[in-house]
Amino acid sequence: MSQTESTCISNIQNNKSNALSPSKLIWRRFRRNKIAMVSLVILILMVILTALAPVLATHGRDTLSLGLKEKPPSAENWLGTDALGRDIYTRLLYGGRISLSVGLVATAIQLFIGIIMGSLAGYYGRFVDTLIMRITDMVLSFPFLALAIVMAAILGPSIYNTMLIIGLLSWTSTCRIIRGQFLSIKQTEYMEAAHALGLSELRIIRRHMLPNAMAPLLINATLAMASAILIEAGLSFLGLGVQLPTPSWGNMLEAARNMRYIMHSWWLWLPPGLCIFLAVLSINLIGDGLRDAFDPRLKQ
Amino acid sequence: MRQYLLRRLLQVIPTLLGITVIVYLIINAAPGSPVSGMIDPTITGEALEIRKQQLGLDKPVYYRYGIWLSELVTEGNLGYSTRTRRPVAEMIQSRLGPTLLLTMSSMILSFIIAVPIGVLSATRQYSRLDYFFTVFAIAGVSIPVFFLGVAMIKIFAFDLRLFPVGGMSTAGAYYSSWLQQAADILKHLFLPLIVLSCAQVAMFVRYTRSSMLEVVRQDYVRTARAKGLSERVVIYKHALRNALIPVITVLGLSLPFLFSGAILTEAVFAWPGMGTLNITAVTTRDYPLLMGINLFLALIVILGNLLADIFYAVADPRIRFD
Repeated sequence: MSQTESTCISNIQNNKSNALSPSKLIWRRFRRNKIAMVSLVILILMVILTALAPVLATHGRDTLSLGLKEKPPSAENWLGTDALGRDIYTRLLYGGRISLSVGLVATAIQLFIGIIMGSLAGYYGRFVDTLIMRITDMVLSFPFLALAIVMAAILGPSIYNTMLIIGLLSWTSTCRIIRGQFLSIKQTEYMEAAHALGLSELRIIRRHMLPNAMAPLLINATLAMASAILIEAGLSFLGLGVQLPTPSWGNMLEAARNMRYIMHSWWLWLPPGLCIFLAVLSINLIGDGLRDAFDPRLKQ
Repeated sequence: MRQYLLRRLLQVIPTLLGITVIVYLIINAAPGSPVSGMIDPTITGEALEIRKQQLGLDKPVYYRYGIWLSELVTEGNLGYSTRTRRPVAEMIQSRLGPTLLLTMSSMILSFIIAVPIGVLSATRQYSRLDYFFTVFAIAGVSIPVFFLGVAMIKIFAFDLRLFPVGGMSTAGAYYSSWLQQAADILKHLFLPLIVLSCAQVAMFVRYTRSSMLEVVRQDYVRTARAKGLSERVVIYKHALRNALIPVITVLGLSLPFLFSGAILTEAVFAWPGMGTLNITAVTTRDYPLLMGINLFLALIVILGNLLADIFYAVADPRIRFD
């Protein structure tokens, strides 16, 4: 080994120690995005507040006080009370737990289905691909909410069914993304190397293909979570999602189906509505920030 | 071209069939027999078996699906509502007009509003205006439709009294001319239209912007500039035309989203369309009606996408041989 060569190698080794890993690089770019960072802080704050609901609540979640029906905000009830005299501020905290976790679990379900279906379609191609893509076409043809309403009516509305329905109906975008990524990854040389090494198909998919499809997957998952929260709210608003007395931001808004409340009792529907809006907006903005951080070229 | 159209048309058939299968299976999963309303609850034993045979309920699922499908295709029979006993097809037909009025006017309005904003955003990329519109667009898809609707009712219907609270026409109104009637409907349409269009505008703005950004980087746009054409002509005449082609597909793809939004909007504004019908059907557990509505909406979506694809092929000769 010549002198220059060894210096070269040692240089490379030195560089390695202070080189940034991809995830650090992405975090660095993400941090520069002010809007996305503010959204992240808001979201974390919301998660902390709802997680600490039992500590922060001023009343019992379902405590009725019929003498205090539909009271406007006061020192006693910070955000007023609902039609049954329950404290809105307290229910808002507990409702956030439900709404956020429905969003999270529904996203996990759709990722699970979408990744499996997308991997099958993208990896095996041919007949499997055609079949799976036809199925996604079919699922995509139904207006989401119309089919979700029927499924909720048949399965019976509950928190778990709401998670399940949203997951079962929204895996198609994940599937399409994974499939598209796999189709291009299949052409790469490292795939050829993986095959030459005689790795099993599952290992190739798990260790070599999926990690390379991570960027669009993560962005998609963020946006999917935002829409899952919106759909839960929509279903609960129609009385087909989370059932009372368990509060969710969506079913708190059910009160707004009553014209009298819209007119006279803004505190019944404005706070939960704003919470949904704020949560979904910050998740969407984080997703947008991630897109820019992952691939500055995509910022078009 | 003809080959492309033919192939695209043939592709629709398996999708349609698959949709009818999904719809039929879901009907079957519904608790209670879908025709329990047709059987006298007092009869039992042998008489019940005979009645079931008459109705074909003793046959396996795939056999019943075959009958259902053939009646659907040949006679347009979507079954009968368990609540009103009227044919589902007839009930849907009576609600189709208001829903199409709401959704199609929303689509047109959103397109008209979104395209100029998208172009403006793209031509001034990274400007303050662009940032504003980008955040605005994300906010537009983040606000729950029904919450926006309720807030609009509170502000514009109750507080300012500018528009009616809901419905499609003033109850008991007498119109001396069709013009007056149209004005009344328009007045009722305004708020739901704005609410439904909000998310659509947001979506179209994003697509127009990114499509426009891609096009303005192309050589022919540089050529147009090099020829000394004014920026206005370059953008609006040369670039926009090509930038709008992918947006057409997005119009088609946004249809399911549009109808989902319409269900909530109709619920908030008591708009007498298919969304309201859908919700009534759920509360009365009217499964044949529910499935009829779903099948019908899916059909509209598929036809809409087909139209968008055909239009795309006509507008863009490059994809003909795909």
